[in-house]
Amino acid sequence: MASTPAAPAVAPSLVDTLFQRSLNDLVKSLRADPSAAGEAVAVARALSEIHREIRAPDAATKSVALQKLTYLSSLHFAPVGTHLLAFPAIELLASPHLPHKRLAYLAASLSLHPASLSLLPLATHQLHKDLSPSSAGAAHQQHLSALALQLLASPAAAAAPDLPVHLAHDLVPHLARGSPRAIAAAARVIAASPSAAVPVLFKPLAACLASPDPRASTAAAAAFCDLSAPPADATPFLPLAPDLYNLLTTSRSNWALIKVLKVFARLAPLEPRLAARIVDPVCQLLTRSSAMSLTFECIRTVLTALPAHDAAVRLAIGKAKEFVAADDDPNLRYLGLLALGLLGPAYASTVNDCRDAIVKSLGDADTNIRQEALHLIMGMVNENNIMDIAGMLISHVAKSDPEFANDILGAVLAACGHNVYEMVVDFDWYVSLLADMARTLLCAQGDEIGRQLVDVGLRVRDARPELVRSARTLLIDPALLGNHFLFPVLSAAAWVSGEYVDLTKDPVELVEALLQPRTSLLPISVRAVYIHAVFKVITWCFSVYVGRLGDSGMAVDVMFDRLAADQTVGSESNVALVSGEEQDIGASTVRKDPFSHESILYMINLIQTTVGPLINCNEVEVQERALNLIGFVHLVREIQELNKRNVADGDKPSRLEELVKTMQTVFCQELGPVSVNAQMKVATPDGLILNENLVELAGIVSEDDTTPSTSIFFYPCSRHSADTRDELAVSIDSSSLSEHRKRHGLFYLQTGKTEDEPNDYPQANDSLPSSSNNSVNDDKLKTAELVFAGKKSTATKSRPKVVKLDTEDFLSSMMPSANVPKEDPLSGALRDVLLGSDAKALSSQRASDINLEGMLNKTSSNESSSQQIENLGSHPASRSSSRTSKQQNHDKEKGTNPPESDGKEPRKHRSSGRSGHRQGKHKHREKSSTQPDTIPQAPVIQDFLL
Amino acid sequence: MINFVLLISRQGKVRLTKWYSPYTQKERTKVIRELSGLILTRGPKLCNFVEWRGYKVVYRRYASLYFCMCIDADDNELEVLEIIHHFVEILDRYFGSVCELDLIFNFHKAYYILDEILIAGELQESSKKNVARLIAAQAC
Repeated sequence: MASTPAAPAVAPSLVDTLFQRSLNDLVKSLRADPSAAGEAVAVARALSEIHREIRAPDAATKSVALQKLTYLSSLHFAPVGTHLLAFPAIELLASPHLPHKRLAYLAASLSLHPASLSLLPLATHQLHKDLSPSSAGAAHQQHLSALALQLLASPAAAAAPDLPVHLAHDLVPHLARGSPRAIAAAARVIAASPSAAVPVLFKPLAACLASPDPRASTAAAAAFCDLSAPPADATPFLPLAPDLYNLLTTSRSNWALIKVLKVFARLAPLEPRLAARIVDPVCQLLTRSSAMSLTFECIRTVLTALPAHDAAVRLAIGKAKEFVAADDDPNLRYLGLLALGLLGPAYASTVNDCRDAIVKSLGDADTNIRQEALHLIMGMVNENNIMDIAGMLISHVAKSDPEFANDILGAVLAACGHNVYEMVVDFDWYVSLLADMARTLLCAQGDEIGRQLVDVGLRVRDARPELVRSARTLLIDPALLGNHFLFPVLSAAAWVSGEYVDLTKDPVELVEALLQPRTSLLPISVRAVYIHAVFKVITWCFSVYVGRLGDSGMAVDVMFDRLAADQTVGSESNVALVSGEEQDIGASTVRKDPFSHESILYMINLIQTTVGPLINCNEVEVQERALNLIGFVHLVREIQELNKRNVADGDKPSRLEELVKTMQTVFCQELGPVSVNAQMKVATPDGLILNENLVELAGIVSEDDTTPSTSIFFYPCSRHSADTRDELAVSIDSSSLSEHRKRHGLFYLQTGKTEDEPNDYPQANDSLPSSSNNSVNDDKLKTAELVFAGKKSTATKSRPKVVKLDTEDFLSSMMPSANVPKEDPLSGALRDVLLGSDAKALSSQRASDINLEGMLNKTSSNESSSQQIENLGSHPASRSSSRTSKQQNHDKEKGTNPPESDGKEPRKHRSSGRSGHRQGKHKHREKSSTQPDTIPQAPVIQDFLL
Repeated sequence: MINFVLLISRQGKVRLTKWYSPYTQKERTKVIRELSGLILTRGPKLCNFVEWRGYKVVYRRYASLYFCMCIDADDNELEVLEIIHHFVEILDRYFGSVCELDLIFNFHKAYYILDEILIAGELQESSKKNVARLIAAQAC
């Protein structure tokens, strides 16, 4: 306090310099009003004062003004123009008065930065003068040069391009003297402009390393440490190794040793012999030194630069473990964990030895320590211990704060999901772990969990029963519906339950869970998934039901009549409201047999009561799914009613059977890829010749190659609609071909329109699947047509509105986004296995075609969908490719929704991968495109898009 | 090397800043805002290092003042902790049991002392005696 400079004693001529406030006054005025507003006012007032004062001709006034300005700009971040501060600072540099000069240097070093470099040349001469020996006393001169060197070492001065050129020679005598400031300044100057400074300064700087003065050698070691730091190349400093080695073995300064060790850590990888030389001294330091900073530097040097010296590494690991075990010092614990984290996988077992201490650190109060511990533990994970570790970590989640809990969950998800679940052996375990993670209190990783649930379902057949079980537990818990972090998980669970409904034990319970009242809390996208899952479940139940009726030979009429009894309610214009009494009966009887007449009836009624109101929902996604579902239910009943009135009895059951079968076909094809590992476990089906050449197929389809499937691309909306229309005008054959192309869009996206598909896929020149489909499934066309004609009446209302609705995200969240990148390893593996290394360009295409062929053969021979699923399990390539292309179709079509496909898009996506259903669908689409009620809507859509 | 030195009071007021790497005024305010949020909230029994934007900030609290130094990721944290302590000891010796007010009213002195200890982000003078002698010589 006492030594603060008072206001200048010399009275300047101006009045305001007479009453100039000193820095002390300024600080006091700033502190008088501690509020932010008061401070701002005080700063503004002081600034306006300073602006006047700093132009004063006398140095004293100017220096005080400069001092105040420095204070304001460095501590209060006052908006001071850099010139305002820098210019008077440079003016004052020339002052003969040392305190003024010092203030000026301080202001300059604080204010000069690359933006104000234009002023620096003005100071060059002054710096030169201050650096050169003068007539003044030695002590005075030393102060002056110290100030000048200080400025030279500041970042701004070092960034000035011409300073090194002018002042490098002035530095040399100071370097020769061994001044630490000169050494630091020289290092900065060399770093700033190597070409100009290195010839002059490098040798004297290197000489300082050998200086007997420990200050000089320490400063030189620090300077070379800075200069060799990445991203700079350390190679030019290799010749300094002898001097550095000398310093390493003789210096008694820990500061210097740390810097020397750092330089060696950078040099050792460049020169193998160096490592052998330094390993002994480093180990000696490691064992002898009592300074923790030096010990840690030794550990780090050994672990990063001397990994080949096993004894040294073990010594370092031992020390690091001591650090980790330091209970009283969190710093050492943190650094110990950090050091262990530097170890490569070669020492994983050694790290494993102190697993207990690391696990203990997971509960540390310090986030850094916990993070490092987590990082280390995740580094130890392998497929043998992943169950232990993941279980242990999940148990830690409950004890952690929310942020770290999610870090843990994220780390476990990332580790388990790494490289297509390569570490997970027991998928049942993993699936239940995923469900457990979702249920942990603080879980905010819903997106990733949901993605993995679906992904595992798609990729790993064996996990599906457990997946369905886990999904059930998630779905039936009404408490989870309130947690918005879990919506993606619930969406995935609903999708899984619908997709693998044949593994469900109790479909009635599932339908109840999917339609429970609290589902109204779900966002639109998830609700749509729920309703669609109900659709799949009810379709499957019907198929089992009908199948069973057929098996038992029971009089189908009876059952239909009973169905019809209820149907009167449903076919009325109002929503079906079943009497409470009946529903009670249903609820109690259905438990026994989910496929009994009662349970089917119960489910239909439940659907009508809960989904029925949603057909008036504002959200088109939900509305459309609801309409689909209700349309299906109505259809079942309409057939019945029709039968009752006109048609002969024998037709009745078969029509329902046809309907159910058709719907079943819609959902029968299994989707998505399986993991590479799972593929290995699946045996090749009999009769599938993998190496058969499919070249002859080219002839069958070659004529269609000239019409690329532009309908996949919907970017230019006007063109796209025209294209689609054109395409629809083509014969059934070619439209099914283009369907096929859509499914395999990956292989057709050659024309540069794609954004992210790899270009190495061959041009496809065959499409056996679709052509073979035609003959196989001709008999199904009628049914399909009928179904959709019937359905249309209920389901084609609001579709045009979907145009701009951004519903992609729920689908993309449902469908694993990782599918596309994962194609490559999969197809690559396939390529290698199936075809060897030659014919690489064609192989992936062929592989998928071969698989498709097998798949379609099965389709034609087996009517039952469950058998298809059996076989599909072995065709990951075909499935995955169709899946991804479908996804693409979806994304693109969603965006611009062509008028022709009005109201039918979702079903088209779903069925575009189907074999038997496609053509019926197309017929229908052709029809609907000619219908007067959809065409007029086209202009509306165009507007919307524009 | 040390990229910058910050002294922040417990209330978040900045008492001293020294930048050894180029930062614009805008970046400086941003850095200080971020770091005071990060450091002032940390409890007493945690370690003295904070990872921040690929750098490490070594801090230590003395009474109501946090001394923070930002270093590169591969610098030695413990060494910097010692530098901080070294700086504080010299301040203490110079001001005679230093307190925050000393630094508020003598901010330029604190700069001069820091400049004797650190140059270009590296420690220059490890002897407290030498620093005291040099500062005393300047005062004349």
